Order: sequence, then structure tokens, then C-alpha cells
Amino acid sequence: MANTGTKGDKVFHAVVFAAALSIILIVAAVIAVMFQSAIPSMERFGIGFLFGREWKPAQEEFGALPFIFGTVTSSVIALILSIPVSLGIAIFLVEQAPKKLARPIAFMVELLAAIPSVVYGLWGIFVLAPLIREYIGPFLQTYVGFLPIFQGRITGIGMLTAGIILALMITPIITSVVRDVLEAVPHTQREAALALGATKWETTMIVLGNASSGIAGAVVLGLGRAVGETMAVTMVIGNSPQIVASLFEPANTIASLLAANFAEATDEMYLSALIEIGLVLFLVTFIINAFAKLLILSVASKTNAAKQG
Amino acid sequence: MSETATTFERKRRGINLLMTSLTAVCAVFTIAVLVAILGYIGVRGISSLSIEFLTDTPKPVGEGGGIGNSILGSAIMTLLAAFIGLPVGIAAGVYLAEFGKNWFGNTVRFVADTLIGVPSIIIGIFVYTLVVLPMGRQSGFAGGLALAIIMIPIVARTTEEMIGLVPHSMREGALALGAPQWRVTWNIVLPAAASGIATGAMLAIARVTGETAPLLFTALNSRFYNYYLDQPMSSLTVQIFNYATGPFEVEHAMAWAATLLLVTLILVINILVRFFTRKRF
Amino acid sequence: MESKISVKNLDFFYGSNQALYDISLDIPEREVIAFIGPSGCGKSTFLRTLNRMNDTIASASVKGSVMMDGKNIYASGTDVVALRRRVGMVFQKSNPFPKSIFENVAYGIRINGIHSNKADLEERVERALKNAALWEEVKDRLNSSAFGLSGGQQQRLCIARALAVQPEVILMDEPASALDPIATQKIEELVVELKRDYTIVIVTHNMQQAARVSDRTAFFMLGKLVEFNPTQKMFTNPDEKLTEDYITGRFG
Ligand SMILES: Nc1ncnc2c1ncn2[C@@H]1O[C@H](COP(=O)(O)OP(=O)(O)OP(=O)(O)O)[C@@H](O)[C@H]1O
Ligand SMILES: [Mg+2]
Repeated sequence: MANTGTKGDKVFHAVVFAAALSIILIVAAVIAVMFQSAIPSMERFGIGFLFGREWKPAQEEFGALPFIFGTVTSSVIALILSIPVSLGIAIFLVEQAPKKLARPIAFMVELLAAIPSVVYGLWGIFVLAPLIREYIGPFLQTYVGFLPIFQGRITGIGMLTAGIILALMITPIITSVVRDVLEAVPHTQREAALALGATKWETTMIVLGNASSGIAGAVVLGLGRAVGETMAVTMVIGNSPQIVASLFEPANTIASLLAANFAEATDEMYLSALIEIGLVLFLVTFIINAFAKLLILSVASKTNAAKQG
Repeated sequence: MSETATTFERKRRGINLLMTSLTAVCAVFTIAVLVAILGYIGVRGISSLSIEFLTDTPKPVGEGGGIGNSILGSAIMTLLAAFIGLPVGIAAGVYLAEFGKNWFGNTVRFVADTLIGVPSIIIGIFVYTLVVLPMGRQSGFAGGLALAIIMIPIVARTTEEMIGLVPHSMREGALALGAPQWRVTWNIVLPAAASGIATGAMLAIARVTGETAPLLFTALNSRFYNYYLDQPMSSLTVQIFNYATGPFEVEHAMAWAATLLLVTLILVINILVRFFTRKRF
Repeated sequence: MESKISVKNLDFFYGSNQALYDISLDIPEREVIAFIGPSGCGKSTFLRTLNRMNDTIASASVKGSVMMDGKNIYASGTDVVALRRRVGMVFQKSNPFPKSIFENVAYGIRINGIHSNKADLEERVERALKNAALWEEVKDRLNSSAFGLSGGQQQRLCIARALAVQPEVILMDEPASALDPIATQKIEELVVELKRDYTIVIVTHNMQQAARVSDRTAFFMLGKLVEFNPTQKMFTNPDEKLTEDYITGRFG
């Protein structure tokens, strides 16, 4: 394509090619730079780094497990809360609401994604945390307080608050992907169900069956976002590296550990340990996102095939 | 038989009504949350907004002060990010749209999409190790660079998408006149896609204006008006974070006021973009 | 003659575009009625008014009445879900669900709660597949995906799926247009078979097909019903000049 002869074409191609290449170079450089900085920590602690339960920078003891635990738990809470709501909104927008209503609602849901993370954090500290301390927490303890996850003192700052904030933040992302996926389901599938006397909801279940791998992709994408979310979490989770059952207790995640401590890490081994845990976060989110993309792509190719007959 | 059939039917219709109403409830609930967040920001933020607040620099607790330097810092770093990120991102998008139907293009597309999903704090760490450590101090330049890196893949992908919307016939018309490929792209395709690309650029700018994590240890913060890119620089988001997590009531109020400003800016961009794209496409 | 469906003065609109003008016609029970006419004349639209499938199109509106067993299906308070169970439909392109062959046929039985137990369900699925002349070809792979079937088999699966809920009327919109001659012939034989138990309305572009399978034929043009007569008469001695021109043109 580039060899249509003129010099202009060659220069033009070279310039845009370099720009495209830069994206790959950035990612390669991120990996290389972080890997290199993480070497001292990796050599010193080996694989045990990931399983250590103590994080004491002053004693040069670095175990990542509490942060991995916090990241996984807060993300799982977020998914549990967000998946039904996101699916509900997407179904409402695609299968039920008239177009005139669906558009503004979809836009408002998307606006939620435009609100910066630090704003969610602020809102979490001053609105959500008191709500949990005064109402939600006591309510849960009254009715399901026998569960270990709902025991203990409620300060309003902790794992549950972080999970709820995360749920709010990933809901617009999951919703918008699920919407696209549902819209891609051929109309004939709905008609087939309706023609058999299916109710609206039964028809919706058929549509969901068609869209299942795309929905899985949307959920995985939401998971990726939750795992990497930083500011909002660091502001409400309490930044305490502990592994306990109670969701009312403070905890910590990888991303919020980095946000809270990176600037103060002057000691070389401390910095290296932080970068190693950052590298773990990077690789995990990279893999999650790649996986999400493959799932969503598989839907696109499947529906294309269906459309062609 | 008919007896059980009717209870079965009733149950079926009941589930249908319940579930379809629940989906509506999900939508209403989410919008209520949006309204609650925005409303609370409005109510809390408006009371502390004033000219002094928008122009002053921070003062010791209790003596007033403002976020003028943070506004300036955010503006400088966002501009720097746009200055680096937009040309590179748009050029990469042009590559993807015009030459990207090969394995290299697919790789770039894939890497860009995954880079978009990488936590922005990782970019902060990357720039810290690459720029801040060698320079020996945090700087507005480092902050702007981190934001630029976040912008590039976003801009690249929206640019590609927008160029994809330009009808093929337009291209062929110009090629048939004997124009070289780069002229076709430059004179025909890019202008046709310009408004779409601008839209994507605006959204990317709105996005990085709200970023905090990548600035925390690249630009750090500063209490003064700072025009120099090699010095630590304040930003609205980092300032909000500091005020919000501090112990003082007056600073919390300032965090809300700064948030009102930030969110208004971001929402206005989003709404304008929506308004214009709706008309165009 | 008992008429199963009786349409009176039906007008149909897509937004402000009128697609059907003042259609009146009676469909007798247990007969095959063919709808013919040039592309875009409103055959599909009319067919879909008979099970209110057009309700899914936001801009659509209907005037007039469609009586089924003496009740207007457009009367307010009509249970559309129940109506569609009584009036099954087979579409132009086969549209099996992404489920196994068995589950495709079982779906309608399950949601409507027709079966009494698992054995009954299996029996009903088998019967539907046999009635759709598909049983012999799929009985050994009921649990494999429906997408693994050929186009003709998929279409017969969709017919089996429609039969399984025991409808009274079956609407077919060009059910064989995407199939090869042998698969088409199977579907045609099936339609004639099914006439014993069901009232069937079939849209077709194939004049021979209409002549072979139907008892009566309705000829539409530009949204109007031009002629509705026994097929025999329609193809030998139509009342309208237009019909004759169209049929001879298409046969030639
Ligand atoms: N969903 C729709 N919205 C608006 N107009 C429609 C819609 N479906 C069909 N029409 C229009 O209504 C008219 C009748 O269409 P219909 O599909 O009923 O014709 P048809 O006789 O079935 O044609 P064919 O033989 O090509 O299937 C056409 O002018 C068509 O363009
Ligand atoms: Mg048709």
C-alpha cells in the first residue's frame, strides 16, 4: 500500500507507523522498566513474596498476600453487586424501554463512568461511609449478623464500602458492553420465542442465552476495572493490610497500597517491592483485559456468522 | 388439569411482571445514584465557591485560601498531555484505519485496548521510574507525560473508529484523480473525520483531567502558582484527594467546591460532545 | 364451512406509511391458505397481524378487526402471549435457539407447562420431531447443537418447535425460500400432512408451490387484497385480470 511510488507516501507511512509502534513500545517499556526495578525484590523474596502475610517496610519484610486478598475480595463484592444491576439496566434499555426513553437513560448511566475516581472517593468518605456506619451496617448485623463477614465494629471505612463504590464505578462499563451485546442478538431469536407464546421475560432469557459469552466478556472487563481502581478505593478502604473475614474491617488493595505509599518509599528495597507488586497488578489487569476482549470479539464473529446464515 | 394450568400460568405471568419491573428498578436506581452524587456535589460545593477560592493559593488552615494554583496546574499538565498525546494518538489511529489490516495493525489494536484497561497508577509508577528518579524530583512535565501516555491509546482507537465512518467512495473519488495516498488521507479523509476525531480528543481530555493516581508521585503537589514544567505542580484532583483525606472541616468544604468545578467541567464536555455527535451522525 | 380466522377491514400502518388497505378475508379451519403477490406488497405484514407479531415494531398500528374463533384478537385486554401460543409461526430463515436439538423443541413445552413429567416431555418432543419429518435424521443426536443441522433440517426443527406447543394455526413466511429443491419438497409434503390437524397460512413466491399445497390462495398487490379464491379456480380461471397477469407472468 505504501509503495505507490511517491516520496510523500513513504514519509507519511513512516510517521503514522512510528506512532502506532509507539503504543507497543510504551507497553514493552512499562514491562521492562518495572521488571528491572522489581529485580532486587524478586531476588530477595522469590515467589514467597506473593504468599507472605506480613508487610513491614521498616523490617524489610514484604508479603503481598493481604493486598492480593483485599483486591480480590473488594472486586468480588463489586461484581456481586454490579452484575445483576448492570444486566437489569441493559435489559431494560434494549428489551423494554421505548427508544425515546432508552437514549437519555443510557446517556445518564454513561455519565457515571465519566465521573472521576477521586470524586467517587470523596463521596464515599462523606456520604457512603456514614450511611454504612449508621444504617446499612447495623441493618445487616440485625438480619444476617450471624455471618462472619458481617461481624465486628462498623466504622464505615473498610472492605464493604470499597466494594460498593467499586460496584457503582463498574456498573456503567458492564452495562454499556452488555447493551451492545444484546443489541447484536438477531431479532429473529426474539420473534422465535414470542411466536411460541413466550412472555417478555422468557424471551429475554433466550436473548441472554444468545449473548452469554459477550456478557461474560463484559463482566471480565468490569473485573479488570475493579482490580485496578485506585483513588476511590484508597480513600474508603482504610489502608490496613490485614486478612480478616469481616467486611466492615479496613483492608487494603494493591492499587491503594501503591497510591498511599509509593511517594514515601525512599529505601531501595521498599521501592523495589512496591514496583514488584505493581508489576503483578499490571500483568493481572493486562491478562484480564485481553481475556475480556477475546470473549467480546467471539460474540462479534458469531453474530456475523449468524447474520450471513 | 386446568386448575394446575392456571396456577402455572399465574406464576409465569407473575415472574414476568416481577422481572420486567425489576429491570426498570435497576435503571431508576442507578439514575437516582447519579442524581444523588451530582446533587450532593452541587449542594456541598456551591457554598464554598468564590472568586478568591478560584484564584488564591492554599493558606494555613483557617485563613481561607484557594485552588488557583491547582486549576493552573491541571490546565498546564492537561495541555501538555494533549500536546504530546493527541498527535501521536491521532497518527496511530490513522495508521490503524489506513494501513492496519495486517498482523501488526491487529497487534497494535490489541495492545492499545489492553493499555486502555491498565490501571493508571501503573503509568504513574512507570513515569516515576523513567523520569522522576533520573531528574531527582517530581515535575509538571512528568505529570503531563503520564497523562499523555494514558491519552494515546484512547485517542488512537477513537480516531480509527471515526476514520472508519468516512465513506469509501470519498476516498476512491480522490484516488481516481491520481492523488497519492497520503494526500487523500490528509486532504480528504482527515477533514471528513475531523469532527469525530475532535470529539474523541475532547473526551480523552475530559478523562485525563479527572485522573489522580498517575499524578500522585509524578507531579506531586505544590502550594504555589507554578509555571515551570521542571517543578512539582499542583492539580485539582490531587488537591481534592489531599483535602478530602485530611482532618479539617474547612478543607473538606474546599474539596467539595473543587469537585464541583472539576465535575462541572467534565460533564459539560461530555454533554456537549453528546449533543454534537447526535447531530452529526 | 367454519372459519377459523375472520379478518374485517384491516388497515395497517408503519408510522404514517400505510402498508395494508382494507383487507377482509376468512380463513377456514384445517385448510392451507397461500398468500402470493409481488415483493413488498404486504404479505409478511399481513401474516404477522394474525399473531400480533407486529406489536414488537414500535411504530406499527392497526385498524379493523381480526376475529379468531369469534373473538377479536385486537380487542383490548387480549392476552397476546396466549394468542401466540395458539398461533404458531415459522420464519423465512430458520432461527433455532443456541441450544441442543432436544431443548429447541422442548422449549415451548416447558415455558407453557404443557408436559406432566419428564417422560411426557420426551414423548412430546419425539412426536413433534416425527410430525416435522425430522425424527429419523436426528434421533441419535438429540443433545447436540441445533446449529450442526443443515439448513433444511434447521427449518424442519423450527417447524417441530412450533408444533410442539400444539397450536391451532401455523403461519409460515416463505418457509422454503432458503432451501434446495429436495428440502423444499419435504417441507411441502409436510404442510399437506399437517393440514389434517392444523390451519396453515403460508406465504410463498413460488406459484407452483402455492398450487401444490394450498386449498385457497390470496393474491395481494400494493397492500390490497386483489383476489381470494380456491386455488384451483385461482390458477385456472381467476376473477381478476390482475391475478391472471401475475400468475401467467410468474408461471411463464
Ligand atoms: N418494520 C418495518 N417498518 C417500516 N416499513 C416496513 C417494515 N416492514 C415492512 N415495511 C414496508 O411495508 C411494506 C410491506 O412489506 P412486507 O414485508 O409485508 O412485504 P412482503 O409482501 O412480505 O414482501 P417480500 O415478498 O419481499 O417478503 C413494504 O413497503 C415494506 O417496505
Ligand atoms: Mg415477506
